[in-house]
Amino acid sequence: MALKHKTPLLDELEKGPWPSFVSDIKQIAERKPMCDDLLGVMEQSYVDKEGHWKHGGIVGVLGYGGGVIGRYCDRPDLFPNVAHFHTMRVNQPSSKFYNTDILRRICELWERRGSGLTNMHGSTGDIILLGTTTDELEQVFYELTHNLDMDLGGSGSNLRTPSCCLGKARCEWSCIDTQAITTDLTNEYQDELHRPAFPYKFKFKTSGCPNDCVAAIARADCSIIGTWRDQIRIDQEAVKAYAAGELAPNGNAHGTGPAVLDIQKEVCDLCPTRCIDWDGKNLKIWDENCTRCMHCINVMPRALRPGTDTGATILCGAKAPILEGAQLSSVIIPFIKMEEPYEEFKDFVDKMWDWWMENGKNRERLGEQIQRMGLREFLKAVELEPDPRMINTPRYNPYIFYDPADVPGGWEIDAKAYREKHQA
Amino acid sequence: MAFDPNEPMKDRITDIGPPHYEQFFPPVIKENYGKWKYHEILEPGVLVHVSETGAEVYTVRVGGCRLMSVDIIREICELADKHCDGYVRWTTRNNVEFMVDDKAKLQPMIDDLRSRKFDGGSNKFPIGGTGAGITNIVHTQGWLHCHTPAIDASGIVKSVLDELYDDFVGMRLPAQVRIALACCLNMCGAVHCSDIAILGVHRKPPFIEHDRVSKVCEIPLAIAACPTAAIKPTKVDDMKSLAVKNERCMFCGNCYTMCPAMPLANAEGDGIALWVGGKVSNARSVPAFSKLAVPYIPNEPPRWPTTVQTIKKIVEVYASDANRYERVGEWIDRIGWERFFEKTELEFRHEHIDDYRLAMTTWRTTTQFKW
Repeated sequence: MALKHKTPLLDELEKGPWPSFVSDIKQIAERKPMCDDLLGVMEQSYVDKEGHWKHGGIVGVLGYGGGVIGRYCDRPDLFPNVAHFHTMRVNQPSSKFYNTDILRRICELWERRGSGLTNMHGSTGDIILLGTTTDELEQVFYELTHNLDMDLGGSGSNLRTPSCCLGKARCEWSCIDTQAITTDLTNEYQDELHRPAFPYKFKFKTSGCPNDCVAAIARADCSIIGTWRDQIRIDQEAVKAYAAGELAPNGNAHGTGPAVLDIQKEVCDLCPTRCIDWDGKNLKIWDENCTRCMHCINVMPRALRPGTDTGATILCGAKAPILEGAQLSSVIIPFIKMEEPYEEFKDFVDKMWDWWMENGKNRERLGEQIQRMGLREFLKAVELEPDPRMINTPRYNPYIFYDPADVPGGWEIDAKAYREKHQA
Repeated sequence: MAFDPNEPMKDRITDIGPPHYEQFFPPVIKENYGKWKYHEILEPGVLVHVSETGAEVYTVRVGGCRLMSVDIIREICELADKHCDGYVRWTTRNNVEFMVDDKAKLQPMIDDLRSRKFDGGSNKFPIGGTGAGITNIVHTQGWLHCHTPAIDASGIVKSVLDELYDDFVGMRLPAQVRIALACCLNMCGAVHCSDIAILGVHRKPPFIEHDRVSKVCEIPLAIAACPTAAIKPTKVDDMKSLAVKNERCMFCGNCYTMCPAMPLANAEGDGIALWVGGKVSNARSVPAFSKLAVPYIPNEPPRWPTTVQTIKKIVEVYASDANRYERVGEWIDRIGWERFFEKTELEFRHEHIDDYRLAMTTWRTTTQFKW
């Protein structure tokens, strides 16, 4: 079947080795008019160099305040089949393993009730079902919950769908059970995920180690990053094998195969705290100076492993630029065990959210609020004591906001007594 | 049973959360959960993980378009049924991973994946994205589905990855290079800590549709949305409306998010800014933001040649000049920004010098620099 719209510009994107989304959409457009018009509106944008989608409008499913993103085309006259093109966010299973049965059932549902296009996955982590009409939303939700045992994810001023790295499922470095934590938090906070009660969005992301494969430190209002408190485990024989060129350095990330590793140059000299000594026979790590950056472990994965007293560092406040500029998360809890049922962590979350919901302005992320009100106010709210691990450097301005409770006598001064001592 | 619109609350199921991850684990993953000992990249895109039990899992990573039809997902299912006992996973960066528990199953799967192409000729399942190379570009929706974009997303990503394809299927670089694209400053793609970030930017202030403002906007919210307090309430012909102090606008688009009667997308104004040197990993150096390398490149659909060639140039200079293990930002920290602009032949302009909040923390307060 010939497609409705000529797409000479998009056709250029069928060339080249990388998979072509245009070829993919063209294939399904032969039987889905929605996809046919989507190619048309995309081509129009390529001509105009401007987008053709309107603001969302309020669409959703009953009882939820998120999970559906309303989308309308601003040229329904030209592209009637995408006049409505709403998106549904479906909460992914933690770390995105699937069997083909569930995937085929999602495909069947979305071909029947939507465009048949998806994002696998959206930036937050959800399965994105891209493009359907308003009258299908409740139908899709009903089938998701009844037939697929799946639920919608978060959008708007909600908890957003938590996500994590694949952790212990297939990584030797994971210091925490990322999937278990993510699934537990997602289930614990279903109300916050589905019904907007926050000043703005809130994200949890969990990485198993400081390599941070889900970019928790850059993207999550609350970043949970695995770490350890004891010693790096060393297999001295394997260290010697790296030095002798019997193993591939860096997990063969450079494709060298087994090759001599210059341990002094490539490991010791690149250690940020220079806490590793190598005498040609024995590797000594001064763990009290180690900041657990992962470099030595990354380079010699068969010789070095994280310690066994594992847990997580909790950092808060990361976000992209809108509104007050991009922020990375800051250390709030240097170490927490993060074992089921995560009571200590959830207690912290309750206090954090209480403070944010009480004091946050409309559309103010937690990190911005901490910046506006001060880290000290946040620490007071979550009942944590200050720790030098929370900062890069102590302040270098002298403008300290003292609390009257910390100064003997407070701020009530007897003016008369003062003037009896000091004539004006 | 189906949904009954007359009784929407009947038999309603809510708040069940995601299906439990464990049911989707291949047996070798389930049996060795938490027991993995080490891994190695056998060739670009192919990994082996070895368990303390001696078990092995072989993974083939293929680049996927984040935008994917059910046809491709069904083809992935067909492959997973044929080679992987019906299991498959996606990575955070939109790659697809096929896993087998026996080395003998590896080559037939690789051959099968390599043989599949779209009608237009592109590969359906390019194998790579591991080690010291360029993995999949994470990105946003762009002109395909977003209401605030300054640029497209999928088309630029396709164009850039076509050019950098050899570095997706190879591992010749000093370290991994993470590229990300966000089609406006909202950065749904959180590109702000990437080795190379592609960002859609506006350069014209919003115009005000006075006859629509009071109908479609909450005026106080639109005013509060502006980080530089450039928006004020006003009256135009007795209509309640808004006014923008244009010289205070830094084109973030936040007002348009709150008020649809303030559009700022514009073919002449919009385009791409490139940023370099960010990272999220804690390895060696601490996580860092990406910094401005090129303030503006016009939108050039359908293949964005200037953007593609500028990124290619940065990658080539980095590849030839950085030491092994150095990420882009670590390389720049070592050689200095003056050398970065010299070596990449990128123009250093006034836009590179920060004049927003905390700008002075980015100015050079030492006599140390290079001639």
